This record gives sequence, structure tokens and C-alpha cells, in this order.
Amino acid sequence: MKATPLSNCERRFLLRAVQEKKRLDGRQCYDYRNIRVSFGADRGCCIVDLGRTRVLAQVSCELVPPKPSRPTEGVLFFNLELSPMAAPGLEPGRQSELLVSLNRLLERCLRDSKCIDTESLCVVAGEKVWQIRLDMHLLNHDGNITDAASIAGIVALCHFRRPDVSVQGEEVTVYTPEERDPVPLSIHHMPICVSFAFFHQGTYLLVDPTEREERVMDGLLVIAMNKHHEICTIQSSGVVMLLQDQILRCSKIAAVKVAEITELIQKALENDQKARKEGGKFGFAESIPNQRITAFKMESAAVDTNDVEEQAGEIIAKADPPSEVIANPVLHTPGTAQIGEGIESSWGDLEESEKEEAAEEEGESEAAAFECEKVETEDTSTVRKTKSDEPIVLSDSEEEEVVILEPQELPRKTRTQTSSKQENPSKKAFNKRRRKKRTSR
Amino acid sequence: MLQGYLGEYTAPLIHGLIHVAVRLCRDAWLQRRAQAAPEERGERGDTSVLAGLYGPAEAKVSKELPDRAALEVLLRPKVGLPGVLERSREQLLRQTCEAVVLGVLHPRTAISLVLQVLSDAGSLLSCCLNAACMALLDAGLPLAALFCGVTCALQPDGTILLDPTARQEQEARAILTFAIASSDRKVLMATTKGSCSVEEMQQCLAAAQRAADTIFQFYRDSVRRRYSKC
Repeated sequence: MKATPLSNCERRFLLRAVQEKKRLDGRQCYDYRNIRVSFGADRGCCIVDLGRTRVLAQVSCELVPPKPSRPTEGVLFFNLELSPMAAPGLEPGRQSELLVSLNRLLERCLRDSKCIDTESLCVVAGEKVWQIRLDMHLLNHDGNITDAASIAGIVALCHFRRPDVSVQGEEVTVYTPEERDPVPLSIHHMPICVSFAFFHQGTYLLVDPTEREERVMDGLLVIAMNKHHEICTIQSSGVVMLLQDQILRCSKIAAVKVAEITELIQKALENDQKARKEGGKFGFAESIPNQRITAFKMESAAVDTNDVEEQAGEIIAKADPPSEVIANPVLHTPGTAQIGEGIESSWGDLEESEKEEAAEEEGESEAAAFECEKVETEDTSTVRKTKSDEPIVLSDSEEEEVVILEPQELPRKTRTQTSSKQENPSKKAFNKRRRKKRTSR
Repeated sequence: MLQGYLGEYTAPLIHGLIHVAVRLCRDAWLQRRAQAAPEERGERGDTSVLAGLYGPAEAKVSKELPDRAALEVLLRPKVGLPGVLERSREQLLRQTCEAVVLGVLHPRTAISLVLQVLSDAGSLLSCCLNAACMALLDAGLPLAALFCGVTCALQPDGTILLDPTARQEQEARAILTFAIASSDRKVLMATTKGSCSVEEMQQCLAAAQRAADTIFQFYRDSVRRRYSKC
């Protein structure tokens, strides 16, 4: 899918609006969009909405051997993916610069700030440690992916519970959630990224840029800070040169914003904790319909399946019996078998020598009594057959497959449906190999 | 055009929640609540899939088809990279969608459907099918019929469970997933895991067709709500 380019008039309009301190969505320059945090039913799963930018985060853990250079520390793995549904321009499997820079920034924010205590993830020093894996998916791109992802990441890490483990000598016992309550991760502080977009060579500043604003901005400053006013990461990119007092001003703004966001996160975590404890319903199925009026919800309902058996019996009785399965393999020599019949080559007029290398078939599994469009399994034992009556010399090369001669006895047969595309290239390859061999002689 | 397909079938529904939201692309949330007894703490969960659809839009020259739209389905798991299981599910979904989408009306275009698994508590493939259909519906693509996905689990003693949870799926002898069309309740796609006899399969299919009635009624109600509220 191609991304729609930004038109010049839109660009001029946005820049002009910034000059007059107006934003498209009516915010003030230092205002954040609405942040909403919702949790899934699994531990460590959350979705963060920053305006219309939406990020899904999931934390999972696994016992692995530690890194040789750090035998007593757990392993952290962060991964942000830009889902193709987030924006039309995002293609699957393309490592764009944006993705790399976002991943790197989030890694620095979460890993280098030492917000997670990795020593507590050690189970048996040098042998088994917990690997904490944080996967983030961008579900909708409306600007400021960094902030949304950092909030989602830290919320998911705070929400996650890892299985309890006990070590007795050499034995490590991992308890399931039913046996012992899972244990939260040890998190020292919550670093949150705040993004500032600069316009007109650094004259104007906007906090939390939307996607349109990001397209026309000159530069971006990201400050990751926690509520104790400690700067965890700071990164400036783009073509803007910033003055010292600008950066100081931004860090003061960031301190205020981070305090608000941290409070919001704490409240959301508490609400979820309360809902789980009280046995109330939790998970996306609960939170989503309450957020949107257009959502429709239906509780589980029973399906009337009383006379299902009679109906099924009728169908089977009325159905034609399955056509005969031709599944008797004919063994020519050890290692070579034939199922089904060969068919006429459909490649048109071939030379006599090439006709010798004509192809074959595969067996087909029978279609069931009802309609089914599933890809049928194919039998993989095939054999080469010749059409002409000339004897064929078996090649001396051991690399080529052995060709079994079927002279005169078998009449020409019709081709059954080849359901595999792989056969054609391999046939062609085979033919090409054979031709080469002949010319070299 | 869609009115013609909102026929007059009525029946109770399995369960579920379909949430349709307007966004840059058309999205559909589809979630299923696992049927859980209150005392089973471990069973709590819901299967949620978020579907987003772009199209019909300009296709890359390498991917375009001269006579119809090129449909592409991407299924992204929550944790880890997509593997072989996701690829095979993508193919099943693609073939089902291609059977209903009238691609000949939009030649040389690309329709790209992205599904993100938000949580998995059983019956994931049928949830994906439903989300895909809702996304197609909400995006306004021309469809020959709607379809829905139903999963049946055959327990070792022969009873049929519709919409199994993850634990029920593990204990089942066979799991069958059907994609059923709305026009005549015919089967668009069937996939099985495990072994079952022909009679059992026919019974599961008949049960799935019953359940499909309820799901289509649910589609109808949710679309009605969506378009009456916005």
C-alpha cells in the first residue's frame, strides 16, 4: 500500500497554524492528547491510546541461560513492531529507519535507565535466569509513537507477573499460577518519554505532535524522565539546532507531564488490580464496549443443537458414497513408486529428446462429501515417465534422479490436476539439467 | 447492497462481542468471552482479534492481478515473530475472503487485511474469521456473502463443544473450524486438527451451521447499532 504524500498546501497550512499557535485538534502548545490505558485478561498485556495512536504491549518470560558476561543478571528483550494496519505506508517486513530509531530509543529508555532490577531475575547464577520479553505493536499511527510505546511498555512491565520459582540446591521448581501466586517484577522507577516537535528553525515548539505535525516538523527532541525528575534518556534529531535554555525549558515541561502521566498509570494499575481481586470482569472484552458507544456486546448464549445428529445422519445417508480412492501404490523398484496415472505434457510441441523428459503426476487425496476449498494434501512419491517409445539412457551422474523406463506397455494417459506449483519449476529444472547434460556430451 | 444480505435468519448466538470503530482504515474488534465457571480462576480470558483493512488501493506492479483485486492477509501474533502456523492461517483466511469478495469489480488493486491477535483463549481461527468478515463489511467492500467462523471441539467421549476455551481445546480429541457463508449456510472453509469420523464431522458441521445463524444475527445487530449511533 502506498502512503499518500503530504500536499504543499497542507504543509503550508500546518506551518502557518503553528506560527499562530493553533493546532488542528484545538490543543494548546503544551497539551497532551487523552491517554487511555486498558488491560487485557493476560497478565502483562495492555493497550495504550494516546489520542488516536494506539500501541499494544505484551510481556512474557522464559527461563534461559544467562549471557556469559553477566551470569547473575536476567535478560531483557524489547521489540517494537509497526503493524501494517497502523498506516497505509507501512509494509510488512521492511526495516525502515523509523522502526530502527524507535526501537533503539525505547531500548535506551527502558534498558539503560535500569528501571527493571535484573539481579532479581536471576534464579541459578550462571545457569538459569529469567528472560523478560516485551513485544509492542503499533496498531494505529497518529503521531508520537515514542511516547505511546514507552507508556505501554512501562505499564505492561508493571502489570506483569512472573511465575514464582524456588531453588533447592540444584533443583529449580517453577510454580504454576494455580500453585503459587505469580510475583511482580521489581521495578525501580518508571521512565516515560516526552516528545517535543520544533518548527520554523526552533522558534515554535509543540508537545505531543500528531502525525500531520510530525510530517512538517523541523526537529524532534525526546526526553525520557521519571517522576523523580531524573532524565533517563535525551535525544535530539532532525535539522534543528537547539539552544541550552530551550532544552532546559523542555525538561521542565517534561517533568510536569511525566508527573501527570505517572499518576494516570498508577490509577489505571490500581483499578485493574481491584477489578481482578474482586473477581469482577476484566480484559478487553469488558473495557472496549464501555469506551465506545458504537460497540455492541452480547453475552454467551446457548445454541440449540438438539436434532443435530439426525440432520447429520440424513446428510450422510443422502450423500453419494465417496468416489473410489485410487491409493494403491505400484512399486517399481525399491525407492520408486507410482500412484495414479501420468498425463500428457501440456507444453505443446516439444522436440523428441525433450519429450523423453516429460513429466508425471501426483496422487490426490479424495475430496470429502461436502464442499471444501482447503488445499488438498498431495502425495510426494512421484516417478518420471516417458511418453515416447525410445529407450532412454540412465544418466551416469549420481546427482540426477533415476529415470525408470516404461516402454510401450503403458498407453498415453490423461493428466490429473496438478495441485502443486512446486512441481512445475522442478520439472523445468529437471529438463534444463538434462538438456545441459546432453549438450555437454 | 448490504441490505440484501441481511437476511431473515434468527437463532441464538454462541457469544461474543464485535466492536467496530471508524479509523484511518476500517477496523473491527472481535472478542470472545470464554465460557467460564466463576470458580475456575484459570479459565478467565477472552479471545480478541483486531482487524484492519486497507483497500481497494493501488497495488505494486509485482503483486497486481490483471482481472481482479489481489487480496493479502497478514496475521500477527502477540508475542514473537509470525511463524508457519500464522502463515497457514493467513492462507486459510485469504482463500475464504477471496471466495466472497467480488474482486473482479476492482482489478489491479490490492486489498490488504491485517489481523492482530490481542489475546488468545481458544477458538482463535474462528475469531479471526469473524473479525475479517466484519472488517470487510465495515469497509464497504462488495461481497457475495458474509461468512463466519465456528470452532467445534470433539471431546474424547464424543460430545461436541462449540467455541472451546484453550483448556477444552487441549483436552479435545479433534478440533474442527468451519467458515460458513451467510447466503445458504454452505461451507467455505473447513480445517481440522485431530481425527474424527465422517459422522462426527457432519454433526459438528450441522452444529456449526446452527451457531452460524446466531453469529449472523449478531453481525446484523452490531452493524445496526454502529450505523445508528454515529
